[in-house]
Amino acid sequence: MPAINVSKATREQDHEQSRASRVFDLAEMPLRELNQTLHDLAPGSNETAWEVLHPKGSHSVAVGVDQPITIDVRGSVGYYCGGMNDGSAITVHGSAGPGVGENMMSGSITVKGDASQYAGATGRGGLLVIEGNASSRCGISMKGIDIVVHGNIGHMSAFMAQSGNLVVLGDAGDALGDSIYEARLFVRGKVESLGADCIAKEMRPEHLELLQGLLDRAGATGVKAAEFKRYGSARTLYNFNIDNADAY
Amino acid sequence: MTYRNPPTTPRKSATFDDYTLSEIRRAAATGIYDIRGAGAKRKLPHFDDLLVLGASISRYPLEGYRERCDTGVVLGSRYAKKPIELKIPITIAGMSFGSLSGPAKEALGRGATLSGTSTTTGDGGMTEEERGHSKTLVYQYLPSRYGMNPRDLRRADAIEIVVGQGAKPGGGGMLLGQKISDRVAEMRTLPKGIDQRSASRHPDWTGPDDLEIKILELREITDWEKPIYVKVGGARPYYDTALAVKSGADVVVIDGMQGGTAATQEVFIENVGQPTLACIRPAVQALQDLGMHRKVQLIVSGGIRNGADVAKALALGVDAVSIGTAALVALGDNDPRWEADYNELGTTAGAYDDWHEGRDPAGITTQDPELMKRVDPIAAGRRLANYLKVMTLEAQTIARACGKNSLHNLEPEDLVALTIEAAAMAGVPLAGTNWIPGKNGF
Repeated sequence: MPAINVSKATREQDHEQSRASRVFDLAEMPLRELNQTLHDLAPGSNETAWEVLHPKGSHSVAVGVDQPITIDVRGSVGYYCGGMNDGSAITVHGSAGPGVGENMMSGSITVKGDASQYAGATGRGGLLVIEGNASSRCGISMKGIDIVVHGNIGHMSAFMAQSGNLVVLGDAGDALGDSIYEARLFVRGKVESLGADCIAKEMRPEHLELLQGLLDRAGATGVKAAEFKRYGSARTLYNFNIDNADAY
Repeated sequence: MTYRNPPTTPRKSATFDDYTLSEIRRAAATGIYDIRGAGAKRKLPHFDDLLVLGASISRYPLEGYRERCDTGVVLGSRYAKKPIELKIPITIAGMSFGSLSGPAKEALGRGATLSGTSTTTGDGGMTEEERGHSKTLVYQYLPSRYGMNPRDLRRADAIEIVVGQGAKPGGGGMLLGQKISDRVAEMRTLPKGIDQRSASRHPDWTGPDDLEIKILELREITDWEKPIYVKVGGARPYYDTALAVKSGADVVVIDGMQGGTAATQEVFIENVGQPTLACIRPAVQALQDLGMHRKVQLIVSGGIRNGADVAKALALGVDAVSIGTAALVALGDNDPRWEADYNELGTTAGAYDDWHEGRDPAGITTQDPELMKRVDPIAAGRRLANYLKVMTLEAQTIARACGKNSLHNLEPEDLVALTIEAAAMAGVPLAGTNWIPGKNGF
């Protein structure tokens, strides 16, 4: 019957619209409006795909998002892109400034280019993938996040790391894992030096399995977990001992 | 009879006094620096060194029980869509769940709420009992970021970015293994029983330019609703205030060296930072130089004990004060009723400061389930509310005597100093003179 046909056509049209990205052009709209719009999304909203144009190094792009949407940022971003992300899947089609994905709770952030300092700082969950290199202090104070860097990372990475996994396909800079509490660090290349209380550790089957899963999720195809070495906490600084004073 | 020369009285050194000698022996025996809680215990120039002038022929007083003297204050009106409005200009400073027991945190929330003021989380995240019992809760954003998450950020009433605290400007938090219980460990993502060594710097920003971007991020996450405070230890109050304002803070909090800590090195507490009194005028001056006095609010803490301290601090130009140690005493900290227990710990009521050991007889700075039962959160909250009420009435008494219908109308001209040091620090005349040391080249 005609009435039903019309209704079906409308439904299909709605479906098409929801699959098409909603485009947000930062050359025309202020950042505030982008973040407010994303925060105002109701749970279950069918506006699940978002595209941000002309970020031009803006800070705080898509921070505090708490809905399971995808956000494609077409260009490079400044500080704290995806900060405190909780469930969204953000892709930066460019490079990211300091603190990308800081304190992420869940979801994912992929940076197609390089990342500056403190990538994934204090992150509690989710997956941060840097397809290029990451600068110093990558994964600083990480608290449960998984970070996979396809390139190299800079010095003092995983400083005071508490929990989570940091995977580096390239090399790591000086003082990796300094003052680490816990967290697993996997590096395929050279480690310039290990920080206080960070040591090389045995790669057991469960680590290989975990690592292979992370590599797969991070799109590191053809890379074998067995090519990595594992580093972690020696736990000698867990409780203060005067004879360890030189390590502090 | 043999003649004996008259003896001299045994004389102890002023430099090597009993405390110093005991500390040398302790260090030699243990090989570890002394860690303790609370703030600087040494004698420092303080509000006691200032006096309020009161009314005279040229200033007429307000009637004590008839004429209004407003006490309310609005914090965060610069940028926040939802500034917080407090009935009294005395807030409860940040103290962590972890350093304090759950019932103690609840009592602080109850007392503050009864009094129409705010309380503050600490270096351990936000607990349900604290959020639930605090009408106005300030959520601290610390270098460690323990328990930090966007949900708590959004259910806070204000955000306080902690750069430092008065007891240890430049030092990070410290919580020893005895107090890392299962619950504390889980909230901080740490293994149980380890000695927590918090970072002293924020992990993802350094310097004022970064801070400005960090504040922008927090505002964006919370949709510009929450007031954002920046708290610093009393180190360089003029420049720290100016830089916090430049970075976009709504409120600047300065904590002098008498401000307490849960635990840090004694050498840090007693030797780093400036007294509260020395911090106020430079901070006010910075706000005035920028044309931001009263637009960006200033909160000062560290050794505030009574309504006179509140009145004097406000007269020097602050918008509100904050109390920590005094609030704990109101809850029952260092109460002589536990003297026998204090003696067993080798100390006495009034001197107990080994808060990091988790054996607090008063049940406040502990995670021991038996000891924490000694705090009844309802009764302790009531005591805190009583104390805040008394402080407020005292401050109003002084303000009315100066002819002020609001605590915030008190001004430096209402004060004189008893010592040259206090006169120089507070920028008010030495009593009996018109001399302000440092002014006009003298």
